[in-house]
Amino acid sequence: MKDPISKRAYVIPPSGIRKFFDLAVTMEGVISLGVGEPDFTTPWKICESSIYSIEQGTTSYTSNKGLHSLREALSRYLLQHYNLRYNCDTEIIITTGVSEALDLSIRAIVDPGDEVLIAQPSYVSYGPCVTLAGGTPVSVECTEADNFKINVERLEQKLTKKTKAVIINYPNNPTGAVLRGKDLEQIADFVIDNDLFLISDEVYAELTYEGQHTAAAIVGNLWERTVTLNGFSKAFAMTGWRIGYLCAPQKICEAALKIHQYTMLCAPVMGQVAALEALRSAEDEKNAMVNEYRLRRNMFVAGLNRIGLQCHVPEGAFYAFPSVKSTGLSDTDFAERLLKEYQVAVVPGSVFGVGGENHLRCAYAVSRKDLSEALSRMGTFISQL
Amino acid sequence: MDDKDLEILRILEENSRLTADEIATMTKISLKELENRIHALENARVIRKYTTVINWEKVGNGEVSAIIELKVSPERDFGYDRIAERLSRFNEVKSLRLLTGTYDLQLLVTGKNMQDVSRFVSEHIAPMDRIRETATHIIMKSYKENGNTLFEQQETERLPFSF
Repeated sequence: MKDPISKRAYVIPPSGIRKFFDLAVTMEGVISLGVGEPDFTTPWKICESSIYSIEQGTTSYTSNKGLHSLREALSRYLLQHYNLRYNCDTEIIITTGVSEALDLSIRAIVDPGDEVLIAQPSYVSYGPCVTLAGGTPVSVECTEADNFKINVERLEQKLTKKTKAVIINYPNNPTGAVLRGKDLEQIADFVIDNDLFLISDEVYAELTYEGQHTAAAIVGNLWERTVTLNGFSKAFAMTGWRIGYLCAPQKICEAALKIHQYTMLCAPVMGQVAALEALRSAEDEKNAMVNEYRLRRNMFVAGLNRIGLQCHVPEGAFYAFPSVKSTGLSDTDFAERLLKEYQVAVVPGSVFGVGGENHLRCAYAVSRKDLSEALSRMGTFISQL
Repeated sequence: MDDKDLEILRILEENSRLTADEIATMTKISLKELENRIHALENARVIRKYTTVINWEKVGNGEVSAIIELKVSPERDFGYDRIAERLSRFNEVKSLRLLTGTYDLQLLVTGKNMQDVSRFVSEHIAPMDRIRETATHIIMKSYKENGNTLFEQQETERLPFSF
């Protein structure tokens, strides 16, 4: 029999935390800071509106691009919140989560042989999606010394004639770093001077705690070269609804739409109805959740530093990214022993690529009570090393 | 009253058992400033009391609560204030509000049992001067009190790890 598995499927790496996952599900009393999602349930207004629409029989396909009413509301929302201008008829596609939007934008832009610069540590999908599109992912390290912001000199070092695009994600998973206008201006110069394209995953945009989020596409002349990715999962606690969106100039959008219509057809209508309600009426609930994350962040980061894990203040997302250097353990050993001996689950930073080693990703989208308990267990663990 | 005060009040309303130290860390307000602010809010009687939400139905001591609506003839110069103050002095009256609509005042009354509540209403409330009419609604079950749901919610399953 021939090997049924394609070479591409062989090449993409398996999940870096499979063994942790398998271990955690067999254990009792685990406090998990390993999650990448809000602990809140979706605001009831949003759920209720979707339930009602199902009762009314709204259960069919939508237009490939997504419900027109949702794209229209989104276009207004993006303008009001981020000063982003996208035409709801030609420059926005509603996708099945940001994951799909990411895949679409890479497949629309990347040819076999193209290189894509990926700012790391990063969310784990970027590299594999580039590989699946036939491209070559090239890691660009963001260091703690730079507060995990992308450094243009490092981008330049990795630039070749084959480079086609750059993927960034700010506010960042896993480091919580954010980029401000002046940081983005340098990236704009780099992208434009070298005739590249920018894929900017801004799914944590609403979770910016100091000041406002700056969308990459509003900086300089980046708009015409940028794909903005965002979604409802993090801001509105809607991970399970699977609704994201891709915004890009018409030419890129049309290419992405072709792929979307042959692979996904459309995002689930129940989720789209829910997303529309989120934009219409859940602003207060969203703000309350963001405020709660901010309080937890302050509490948790102060606690980490107190127990001896040095941690910069993450300005966005809901992750703290402390260093374990002072303990003498590697991030993987630390995470494994912490889980086995003290039942606290965290993700070793090395899973997120270069620059992540010797760090832990701890999600603080967990109740304050659990955060306190986790800190206390981590403190005991460190003191006994 | 500024944003910092509002933030402190929201935090305390949600959990008044947090220590000043914990609140200071969470809000990044210095401990001294935080203590001063809480003190000022207490002095201004904005913070009235530090209390607990208890589901008395779970305690199962048979206590009964009722909402009592009253039609009241207002007094010249005082309106409803004097009678409302008089009513609010009864320990049995847990809350008291002036409303628009068919009735004027609405009371939440608790008693040891049904007879206790009805005796209180018929002997102490109904006969008061200026009260023209009463309507008593016994509370059969509470589902939500002051923003807190009182029914058990199913724990949703969350993966221990996700990226």
